[in-house]
Amino acid sequence: MTTPLMQLRGLTVDFDTGPRFVRALHGIDMEIRRGETLGVVGESGCGKSITWLAALGLLGGARVSGQVLFDGDDLLGMGPRALSKVRGGRVALIFQDPASALNPVQRVGRQIGEALALHRGLRGDAARTEARRLLDRVGMSNAAQRLNEYPHELSGGMNQRVMIAMALAGEPDLLIADEPTTALDATIQAQILDLLGNLQRETGMALALISHDLGVIADMADRVAVMYAGRVIEEAPAADLFATPGHPYTRGLLAALPDLDGPRARLAAIPGSVPAPNGLPPGCAFARRCAHVDGVCETAPPTLRVLPDAPARHVACARMDALWCGQNSVAAAPQTRERANA
Amino acid sequence: MLLYTLSRLARALVTVVLIVTLAFIILRMTGDPSIIILGPDAPEQAYEAFRRNWGLDQPLIVQYFKYFGAIAEGDLGRSMRDGRPALDVVMDRVPMTLALTLPALVFNLILGLGAGVFAALNRNTWIDRAIMTVSVVGFTVPSFVMGLVLAMVFAVQLKWLPSGGSGSWAHAILPVISMGMIGAAVIARFTRSAMLEVLGQPYIRTASAKGLSWGAVVLRHALPNAAIPVLTIIGFMVGSLVAGAVVIESIFSWPGLGRLLVGAVANRDLAVVQTILILIGFTMVFANLMVDLAYGWVDPRLRIRTLSTAK
Repeated sequence: MTTPLMQLRGLTVDFDTGPRFVRALHGIDMEIRRGETLGVVGESGCGKSITWLAALGLLGGARVSGQVLFDGDDLLGMGPRALSKVRGGRVALIFQDPASALNPVQRVGRQIGEALALHRGLRGDAARTEARRLLDRVGMSNAAQRLNEYPHELSGGMNQRVMIAMALAGEPDLLIADEPTTALDATIQAQILDLLGNLQRETGMALALISHDLGVIADMADRVAVMYAGRVIEEAPAADLFATPGHPYTRGLLAALPDLDGPRARLAAIPGSVPAPNGLPPGCAFARRCAHVDGVCETAPPTLRVLPDAPARHVACARMDALWCGQNSVAAAPQTRERANA
Repeated sequence: MLLYTLSRLARALVTVVLIVTLAFIILRMTGDPSIIILGPDAPEQAYEAFRRNWGLDQPLIVQYFKYFGAIAEGDLGRSMRDGRPALDVVMDRVPMTLALTLPALVFNLILGLGAGVFAALNRNTWIDRAIMTVSVVGFTVPSFVMGLVLAMVFAVQLKWLPSGGSGSWAHAILPVISMGMIGAAVIARFTRSAMLEVLGQPYIRTASAKGLSWGAVVLRHALPNAAIPVLTIIGFMVGSLVAGAVVIESIFSWPGLGRLLVGAVANRDLAVVQTILILIGFTMVFANLMVDLAYGWVDPRLRIRTLSTAK
């Protein structure tokens, strides 16, 4: 097996809330290989965005520890100058709300040009030509004219295309897309996801797709990491995860999805709500909402372990052995979802 | 664009007319210039001659329209004290006032913007708290107290600087610092909160994620956005360049417009008071107009539609 492109090891984040620190991430282990799409899924506040911001040193006012290995180098130990080279160069980010993620008082062309100057040394006409080419590539009509426009003159979808063009400027090995389509309407969402998929195929870059939308993840991801209350609770190849979810929380999430073809039925909701970061129980954070809870769940938070018969799958659940054997009968009749882009 | 500027100017003109009208009425209702200028013991004929001479015997409404008719011809009236044109009397003092207010404004901007940005970048550290504590003192202490304290320490106790007068540049130091400290405190607070607001915006994170150094993020992305609210307060300060020194000039016996105004009001030197008010009104309005135009220059979202579609 080749070494992963990026590897998070025991990543923790503590926020300074004045009187004390509150832990938001409890030791995240995650990896992403060259060219693959990793879907990171979870409810708002589970730490899925924070994980990647912390990994790139973009979380102001937080204490970050652990290891973030990118191509063998630890980003957390890097000086600001070396880290700047990685950010926007080898690892690019796009964000949820493209309209506010672009500087409102700078022309689009200048914002893309800035990235080109930083990572490719392009200036003046060369930068302009390249910026135009990038806008063309992300499917903007009238690219030459758009360069002179301001973000408020563009629609949300166009602004997200600008963000993607800016991200491509550094020819990254990894693109981190943090809820890239959440603020966009459904048709634009599909266009942007298609664009990301196409760009990934053309450039061979890896994609970390952060989303709370299971449909988006099912469409795009090769592998999925499910997060809950600051921990990764399940990690598996996408097809396997959607066919036979392991962790009770993942099962709950999938059961809460409406079925397009089946008969009308009441959606199964997960009872209760996510505990606050400063009020986590000593054991499994999901225990209070879990139907399979047992005494062993209350003692210590479970760690990710390989599933007995599926070496590519990891689940953090103390009762997994019992639950997994019980589920295998279900797995015999898999309701495998067809992957849209495969 | 031209239309916009013209309509702004027209509104400004209305503002100035209102100011002068109010001053015109209040000044004439609160004292008789003939008694003040000739003294209480002059013969009755002298008062009458004085009033006739200056047109004060006519009904208020007639005086009022005559005054504005004269202004339309460029005549702002004459000082009742020495008969010189009021405009000359006022203009003689303008350079003296600007000699205080311009350096004070520069002092304001450099110290205020610098301290505000520095405080925001070191948010919640002792540096931030120290700057903000000093600034609270700076803008809660009234200018006359600030002036008197500075004069007490540096002129009376230490004898480093003169306590009043206008003989040399050294005379200007204390008044400039008194005004500058207060202005800087206000600008520092505005700048800090504007910077904090901007630093929390997603586009700042985008700029960092792009690989820009923190310095470049602040300089190219944070400052231009933070400038927008700060411009408003700077506009006020530019607007008060002419009028802002009334108290400080009085404390430091600086022969500028402010002292002229105080004297002219006390003497009911009507034409001079009105001329000063017109001048103050115009600088205020002009400064606001400049700020509005500057907004459009700094923030493309505020540019007037005709401008962007014309391109």
